[in-house]
Formats: sequence, C-alpha cells, structure tokens
Amino acid sequence: MALVLTEEQELLRESAADFLAENSPVTHLRALRDGDDETGFSKAIWKNMAELGWTGIVFPEAVGGAGLGFAELGVVLEECGRTLAPYPFLSTVLLGGRAVLLGGSQAQQEAILPGVCSGDRLLALAFQEKAHFRPYDVETKAEIAGDGYRLTGEKIFVLDGHVADQLIVAARTAGSNGEREGITLFVVDRASDGITIQRTRMVDSRNAARVSLDGVAVESGAVLGEVDAGADILESVFDGAAIALSAEMLGLVKEVFERTVAYLKTREQFGARIGSFQALKHRAAEMFCEVELSNVITLDALRAADAGRDGLSRLASAAKARLSDAASLITCEALQMHGGIGMTDEEEIGLFLKRAKTAELTLGDAAYHRDRFARLTGF
Amino acid sequence: MAEPSESIDAFRRELRTFLDENCPAALRNPAKDGSKPEPTPDDYRTWKDRMAARGYTTPEWPKEYGGGGLSKGELAVLREEAERIGSYVPAVSFFGASMLGPVLLEFANEEQKREHLPKITRGEIEWCQGYSEPGAGSDLAGLQTRAVRDGDHYIINGSKIWTTNAHQSDWMFCLVRTDPKAPKHDGISFILFDLRVPGVTISPIQLISGQSDFCQVFFEDVRAEARNLVGPLNGGWTIAKRLLQHERQLLSSYMPGVGDAAPKPSTAPKTQPKQPRSGLAELARPYVGEKDGCLADPALRDRIAQWELDALCFGLSLKRSGDAAKAGQDVGATTSMFKLYMSEMNKRRAEITISALGTQGLGWSGDGFNPTEIANTRGWLRSKGNSIEGGTSEVQRNVIAKRVLGLPD
Repeated sequence: MALVLTEEQELLRESAADFLAENSPVTHLRALRDGDDETGFSKAIWKNMAELGWTGIVFPEAVGGAGLGFAELGVVLEECGRTLAPYPFLSTVLLGGRAVLLGGSQAQQEAILPGVCSGDRLLALAFQEKAHFRPYDVETKAEIAGDGYRLTGEKIFVLDGHVADQLIVAARTAGSNGEREGITLFVVDRASDGITIQRTRMVDSRNAARVSLDGVAVESGAVLGEVDAGADILESVFDGAAIALSAEMLGLVKEVFERTVAYLKTREQFGARIGSFQALKHRAAEMFCEVELSNVITLDALRAADAGRDGLSRLASAAKARLSDAASLITCEALQMHGGIGMTDEEEIGLFLKRAKTAELTLGDAAYHRDRFARLTGF
Repeated sequence: MAEPSESIDAFRRELRTFLDENCPAALRNPAKDGSKPEPTPDDYRTWKDRMAARGYTTPEWPKEYGGGGLSKGELAVLREEAERIGSYVPAVSFFGASMLGPVLLEFANEEQKREHLPKITRGEIEWCQGYSEPGAGSDLAGLQTRAVRDGDHYIINGSKIWTTNAHQSDWMFCLVRTDPKAPKHDGISFILFDLRVPGVTISPIQLISGQSDFCQVFFEDVRAEARNLVGPLNGGWTIAKRLLQHERQLLSSYMPGVGDAAPKPSTAPKTQPKQPRSGLAELARPYVGEKDGCLADPALRDRIAQWELDALCFGLSLKRSGDAAKAGQDVGATTSMFKLYMSEMNKRRAEITISALGTQGLGWSGDGFNPTEIANTRGWLRSKGNSIEGGTSEVQRNVIAKRVLGLPD
C-alpha cells in the first residue's frame, strides 16, 4: 500500500488541523493545566470530536462507528500530536474500546461501543501494576465467588482512569506473575463497591489513576473474551495502541522539528542567524533523517494494521521503538537549540518535551520494543 | 501514470519470444531442455550483444541513441521476464550507463549524443570519472586541472585522484578548469577524452583494505578534441552537479563494504518472508551463542536490532519516495538523505560484523580464518570510504541543511 495520503485522507488531515487550531491549540492544554481542570480535557470538545466521527473511526458501523481504519485514525492523531490535544483517544478508543471490540461478545459490544463512538462513554484499561511496561506482569487476583468473581489488586498508570465510566481490568485467574496464560479481562463499572480511584497528575498535564480493587464483585458476564486467555486480546490491543500512539508522536516530532528549524532561521547571535552555524546545521540534518524514518515506519504500520498483515507485532514494535527515540532526540535537541528561552514555562517547547517523555514510556519504551522486535525477527 | 494494460501485455508477449529465442542456454536457469551447461565467455558476449542490439542494456534511453526506448512499466516487465527465465539484463559500463549517459542526454549536442551513447549501450567503451583531485576533495569546485584551447583541441595538464577503475577504462569524463580567472564555479568545463593517448599516466592506489580499485591519473599535455566539450564552455559545474545527483542516488542502493546491506526497494515490499530474519544475527549466532532463543550477547543484540530497524525504515523511505513520485509529489527533499543514511548504515553494519566475529574478525590472510571472515575484515576497512566517496557525510549534511531545510549560509 502506498506510503502517501489519499485525497480523502488529505482532506481529513486539513479538517482535523482546522478543528484543532480552533478548539485545541497548545494554549488549550496550558489553560486546562493552569485551571487544574478536574477532567483534564473538555467533555464538550470530546463530544464535538465524536460528532466529527473521530471517536468511531476504527469501529464498525453496526456499533455507531465509521468503519474506516488506522490509516485515517493516524491522520487525526498526528494532528492531535501537533497541538498536544489531551483527548482520550488512547484510553477510550484504542485501549478500552478496542479491547471490547476484539474480545467482547456481541452483547458487550452493543452495550459499550455505541457510547464510545458517540463520545458519551469514557473507558480505561487497568493493566499495569509496576513502573515498567511488562504485559504479563499481572498479580491482581480474580477469585471465583458464587456465579462471578472477586477482584483484588492494585493498578497504576491507568490512563484517564480518573474519569472513565468503565474500566477494563486485567486480573489473574490462573498461573503466576509474568506468565502469559491465566490473565482474564473484566469489564468493571467505576461505581462498583470496593473500587478506589485516585487521580494522578502527570508531567504532560494529562491524567492517569491508581486503581485499588478490594474484593470488587463482578458477575461472570463481565468477563471479556475467554477466561485465562486475556493476553491474546491484550497483545492485539497493545499493538494497535502502540501504532496509534506512534502516529500521535509523529505529529509531535514534526511540529517540534519545524518550530526548531524556524527558530534557527530567525534567532541571531554573534551577528548571524544561528542556523548558519555548522554545529547546528548538521544536527538539524540528522533530525531531518530521523523525522523521515519516523514518518515512513508509522505510515507503514498504520497500513499494515488495516490490512491485517503478517508480522504486525514486529512492525508495531519497530514503530514504537523508532518514535520513542525520535521524540526524545528531537525534543531534547529542540530545547537545546532554543537556548534559555526553551527552559521557560512560557515557551511551548517544554510542553512538547513533557508529552514526548510520557508517550515514550507509555506502552513500552524504545529498549522494550527493540527487544521485542529482535525476538520477532528470530534473534 | 499507469499504462494501458493491452500495450504492456503485447510488449510482454513479444519480449518473451525474443528472450526465449535469444538467451543462450547456459545463461538461463534451468536451460530450456533442463540441462545446465557451464557458460562460456562467448555466451556472455552473445547475450550482451543481442540485448544491446535492442537497446536493452540501457533500456530507458531513446531508441535514436541506441537505447531501448522503454517506459518505466516496460522496464519492469523486462526485468521480470529476464528473471522469469532465470537470466538477467546484461550490464555495460557502470559509469557510462548510469552516470554519464543521463547527463549526455540532458546536456550534450546532437553529434555528441550520436557518437557516445550507442557505444555505451553496446558496451564498447568503459568510462571513468575524473572529478576529485589531490587538492579538491569535498571542495570539488576548487579543482585545478587545466585545459587550454589549441586549435581543435584542448591541452590538459594536472591530476585526478580516486578515479574508480581508471586502469581498466578507455575514456574519461572530466572536470577541467578552462577559465582560471573566473570565480571557481564559473571556470569549469565538462569534457570527454580518450585515455589511451600520450601524456596519460595511471597509478592504482592501494587502500587500507588491500584493494586497489581507485587510481590516481596524471595528465601531461594530453590532447583532447574540442568537439567533446559538453555543454557551454565554463558551464561545466551545472553538469557536474547533476551527475553527482545520479551518483548519490546510485550509492543509496549499493555500497561496497560488508554483506548485503542494501535494502532493495523493488523487491522489499513484495517478497516479505513469513518469518523475518536478520543476516547480521545469523552471522553472529555461531560466534556469540544463544540463550533462550536470543543472541547471548545482549549489547550486541541490541545493536543488531537497531541496525535492522534502521534498515527496515530506510527501505520504507525508498519505497515512499517511489510512491510519492508516482503520485506526482516532489521527492527531492528525501532523496538527499539517502546517500548520507546509507553510507552511515553500511559502516555501522561493518562495525557490528567485526564485533560479532570477535578475534575471528581480525584475519588478514592465510591460515586460521575462513574466506568469509577475511572478506568481512577487508569489507569493514573498505566500508570506511562509504562516507567519503561520492560526497562526504559532512557535505551531505550541508546539502540537506541548505537545500532542504533552507538554513542560512
């Protein structure tokens, strides 16, 4: 599949850019942060995004979606990355929503996904328990109790968990920590007895939650997919989410690179524009290469996800590894090249740096994904 | 633009018949009758001559200058059909066909095109490139080799260096200074001449790798015919730069060094193996061992993973450039990074290779090392030139900064 945008995708990109420029420029994130907004984003704008069809892009029409694909969602997320739009695509659409799509029964899909598409229902995936992303590190227990289960454990870094209406919780029904088998996914309402949700404010001004489950009772109908086989769902969900997050990071990387090149052309020191100094030119050229490689791996991974191509996991890891490194390199270089002004809260480069670091460590960093890429390449 | 499929189909049918009737049995696999005779020098010559007679050794050049007159679509069919019978499209002078030919088509006069292009197609003349000089490397425009008009000739004095295969070449395309008083870019001309004339001395240069594919060439009152000056007098720099673009593009797909570093855009997306493999990891495995199915040296493994990841992305970038060109978008910006990235990647591959081989990567000759190990050692040394030849990486970064990013001088 061609690694260029189709005409329709180009139109979508333009309309997304226009919408975000008006409704969620970088100053919008700053205002939410400075006002200590209790949601961390505007529910009205999220609803507008849903009306534009963005929340339902990857969901089938039967549940209220648009029946399009990752290529289109990637276009929107790339633009979101450019303006640091703090909207819950990752939590609600890519982690929670796609877990329901890939693992849920028809009844579960019909109950949950129309609300996701309409922008009325927020989801979060509660899987991580320790400081590093290891998909099979699940100690939270799900013990059989009557016709259902009781869930007990501690979850951290539950993205947008502070506002999610429902949580998809990964818990262990068999096996032990680190094993692939024995993980089961459950749909849990946030209002259930025994749940404590504590908002955690992150460096990028977005939010996650610590979720404490103290014998939370769920019915057997809350199981998503097969008992003990939750890892099958999770792996596909994580692959899709890593690719989509890469698209958001790509937008961030391009934006920061463009801003930095523009700054090199205007800032003067020693009586010359600093972009004339070879020490900076060569680093800018290196960044240019990195942006191009980030671009193509992301475009290819998005298209592979739509085509269901063999080796999708390998491509997902390639994309997330590359974008994690690229986002780190380019935000760090951008800050250095902006000099003292880059250190100020007033200049926006710092906001990009903070988002880049959060995205880098979300769903596995570059080292994690290179290791996985190597394993999937047979070494 | 996609071509009408009927005309492509007709071309393919006709081509199949031609290939079937003309490809020597020993140069196809398997031969028509199932046997596999050993090819003789005559077989290679016959095959080249028959293909050249149709212009297929320079398939995209216009027919009037000896080329095949093929469209991109037909060229793809030619390669497919040659591959289908287990054969190949014969190559002629690399420097002639891939670098000089395209600039002659663009800049030369009618007489020059008619004289030189058909000889390239027929493989009659080996060409070499007279660009760098001892005092003009990265600063190519600082070249000092002089050409002074004398009747119907120019008299050439000076020296060229890093001339690939000059000792096996017949003619040279050469940058010479024809106006020493003009600013340096404005006093250069592009001229062609026969190397087998009095006053030319060619000395191969031994490299750190032990190879000698480069030469230094000395000119002492060498007479070159004035009618072989291409383009305007003192207007050679424009041609020189265009030719460098062709060269850098070629260097993005092939680099001398270690192993099969070049991702091939035409085949990469089509033939994705079910289980991807890493050539570097396979090379390393016997030397570093395995643990739980992974290479036992985690630091080396991570370097290989990064290299493979870079190679994957680089291959996709080549593909995107092709896709964008097909969609009618400007691709100049990205192609400028290919030479830079490819050469740095190739050097890194060689460094990783030696790390993988350990002390078995230190052999120079004789016992104790197998031929592959020695080839890798020498390839590692040869690869150091990748980021120097055809424009250093530093020059490439300057080009990107200036032409693509528009950074100030």
